[in-house]
Amino acid sequence: MNADLALLSNQFVYAAMGVYTLALISFAVALAATRGQVVEPQRVDAAAQLAKVPAGVADTGSSAHDAGPAVERAGVPELPPGRRAGNIAMSLTWLATGMLAVGVVLRGVSAGRVPWGNMYEFSITAALAVSVVFLLMSIKHDLRWLGIFVTGAVLLTLGLAVTVLYTESAQLVPALKSWWLVIHVSAAIICAGGFTLAFVFSGAYLIRDRAERRSPDGVARGWLSARLPDRAKLDRMAYQVVAFTFPLWTFAVIAGAIWAENAWGRYWGWDPKETWAFITWVVFAGYLHARATSGWKGRRAAWIAILGFATFMFNYFGVNMLMPGLHSYAGV
Amino acid sequence: MTDSLAPARPAPPPPAKFSTAAWGRWFWRQLTSMRVALILLFALAVASVPGSIFPQRGADPIAVNRYFEQNPALAPWLDRLSMFDVYAAPWFAAIYLLLCISLAGCILPRTIDHVRALRRPPPRPPARLSRMQGYRTGAVEGPEVDVVGAGARWLTSRRWRVRTGDGWVAAEKGYLRETGNLVFHIALLVLLAAVAVGSLLGWRGSVVVIEGRGFSNTLTQYDTFTSGRLVDRAGLAPFTVTLDDFQAEFERGDIQTGAPRDYRAEVSYLATPQSGAETATIGVNSPLNVAGAKVFLTGHGYAPRVIVRDGSGTEVFNGAVPFLPRDGNFTSTGVIKVPDSDPQLGFQGIFLPTAAVDAEAGPISLFPVADDPALFLSAWQGDLGLDDGVPQSVFRLDVAEMTQVGLQSLRPGESWTLPDGLGSIEFVGFDEFANFSVARDPGKELALAAGVAAILGLMASLFIPRRRVWLRTSEDPTGRTLVAVAGLSRTENSSVDDDVQALLEAVASDGSGPSIGNSEGPRA
Ligand code: HEM
Repeated sequence: MNADLALLSNQFVYAAMGVYTLALISFAVALAATRGQVVEPQRVDAAAQLAKVPAGVADTGSSAHDAGPAVERAGVPELPPGRRAGNIAMSLTWLATGMLAVGVVLRGVSAGRVPWGNMYEFSITAALAVSVVFLLMSIKHDLRWLGIFVTGAVLLTLGLAVTVLYTESAQLVPALKSWWLVIHVSAAIICAGGFTLAFVFSGAYLIRDRAERRSPDGVARGWLSARLPDRAKLDRMAYQVVAFTFPLWTFAVIAGAIWAENAWGRYWGWDPKETWAFITWVVFAGYLHARATSGWKGRRAAWIAILGFATFMFNYFGVNMLMPGLHSYAGV
Repeated sequence: MTDSLAPARPAPPPPAKFSTAAWGRWFWRQLTSMRVALILLFALAVASVPGSIFPQRGADPIAVNRYFEQNPALAPWLDRLSMFDVYAAPWFAAIYLLLCISLAGCILPRTIDHVRALRRPPPRPPARLSRMQGYRTGAVEGPEVDVVGAGARWLTSRRWRVRTGDGWVAAEKGYLRETGNLVFHIALLVLLAAVAVGSLLGWRGSVVVIEGRGFSNTLTQYDTFTSGRLVDRAGLAPFTVTLDDFQAEFERGDIQTGAPRDYRAEVSYLATPQSGAETATIGVNSPLNVAGAKVFLTGHGYAPRVIVRDGSGTEVFNGAVPFLPRDGNFTSTGVIKVPDSDPQLGFQGIFLPTAAVDAEAGPISLFPVADDPALFLSAWQGDLGLDDGVPQSVFRLDVAEMTQVGLQSLRPGESWTLPDGLGSIEFVGFDEFANFSVARDPGKELALAAGVAAILGLMASLFIPRRRVWLRTSEDPTGRTLVAVAGLSRTENSSVDDDVQALLEAVASDGSGPSIGNSEGPRA
């Protein structure tokens, strides 16, 4: 136990929260400044350049599309309104995530173990995971519209962590002293990041879908809906994160089963935690099926993803706090 | 999904005329449709919920009894609905068995289709290639056959399944996706079979062992024992385990004071009666493997050691009695039954490793380690009721036929002389005991194999893109060979653009002349 490092870790977490707040504000400004339909410059397709075909012919598929570096290359002199704020917000998010990462690592170092031994530590690590997944996806996609939701969720998680869930840095209870803690819980924490994003994409899909359906010409005009990517893209992104997260969640559940076999002598005992992990798994399997079943794509699939996220969160907060079981966490 | 590999069959309308066969077919079609699979999946999720709300007999029978005591009106009704045995309930079984049948009913035809597809060459290029994805054209100086041959060679070397014809190449890749999906679904069935093997052939016992004592793996030695229907209860592997020493460490610092830090049981064991003794350490996450079974440390506590003498001074009881811990600081309760004195004696006791007396809560322990132990006793005399033939809990004193004779607190080494010449009790000291759980599950290796297969299959099924490409050549009036390429992505995570572009570049550079140009057409 190193109390100084634990204190330093807390300071980094608090500082990260400050920077996330600034990022949140910048994302809000960026969103507000993006007026109406997001019509972004067309991507300059490499193949199109090769063939000397004017940019724009190459890509007719989507309107809000990966602008990214191609825009700069195309030589737009003045940044459109909201873009500068959006860029600042992204930079702030990178900074905040770096600070949070330092905080999480220091927490682990202070206790001499992986930093996920209690709910405070799970929460700060999960907040880090959400940020990292978001930032990694933002390298390929333009996710500035998403920033407000992600930083909001991260701030909420960190806020809960430092107030309600805070626990002093300490050693682990014996039940948690296992390599499986590192494997099983790290997988579960990354899944928390993935399922959160699936939830946000699906929620955004529903908002956008409603706006597109209600509008006579299919163009979304709501304050928020007009600023979201089109529903086909949201649907695709939701699917992609679930497709990545679901196998990892399967792995996390199996790793948990192996650990349980090693600790309690049975790999599956319908402990509340196990039951809800199973429920989440079944719901997301339902999501994947729904996307392959006519009549279940789109809206219903989005609701299933939201339900899956809700079961995941219930497992974390509801089961840990309300239901007795074998899963032990020092200081909740 | 652009083009589902296994398109969901639309549910057919119910047959108009009654005929058992027609209804059977209709029912089977329904059951194996994706929509019904989806509904069954949700039914399974919903059906799992009550098991996390109500206490379950399998996991915690004591909590179920408590629930019955606290909700006497509601509990019997819930019990009728199997709410205390959710995962063994008929309705739960009905859902997963239907799902299994549905699963088998969808795996079988898909496997047959897939095997056929694996044998069938890829389909010929469509008539209008320009409508397909990633359509591009180029031109090569050289005879036509070279281009087709070069394209086929290039695709084959990249492990595409290739078919050539007069002036065209067709290729497909990513069959492993469907293979993976089938492996995943089959693995789920195998997993369920492994669970069934475990519940039919597995067994599990629990036993309390005081330091210095041991147990052997026979039915009579276990405090509780459950086994599958096909287990030969008399033929358990005859190993024995002795608890030589038990160690527990607790946090003494300011943070999380009293939280457990480590438990260890030092044991010696004989794998068979003939084999030599071996020693091992059983920790919380490190069980002992012996004779196909695993021995787990699941808990521990204190066993006060007492000597009881009757009125004449004859020793009628001498031993350590395990007390059940009631809180994190090991405030422990238990009973001592002395059937051999006349009248019979019984003691209800509270053992405190670090003793204090709270004004409201009464005797309570402040720390889990025995820094300052004390034993609080309430003595009873009369009939213990042991001869009624009704099995009694060792942790409860039936005082129906007894009268209380007094209360006393003792420190180690102290004795208490009971009133009315009933005798005396001496608190000699204490031992520690460990709870062991011994289990054998012959299905667990199969379950693990199925789990690993499921993950690998799932990854193949989700990450491998399935796609087709086509190439067609034609001669242009100037004698060059015109090449048209296009493709079809059959899954949503793939784009054939890169494949098509690479194919065109490959044939262009492989051909006798350089590519003179390529252009893109509109996409499908
Ligand atoms: C019982 C009847 C079942 C049927 C008819 C069925 C059918 C299918 C089909 C046709 C696909 C391919 C869809 C696609 O390519 O996306 C699929 C995918 C999948 N199935 Fe099933 N399935 C059944 C049961 C199950 C069960 C019980 C599970 C486990 C929870 C399951 C989990 C999955 C998953 C995770 C996928 C996603 C793979 C992917 O999207 O490629 N299925 N299922």
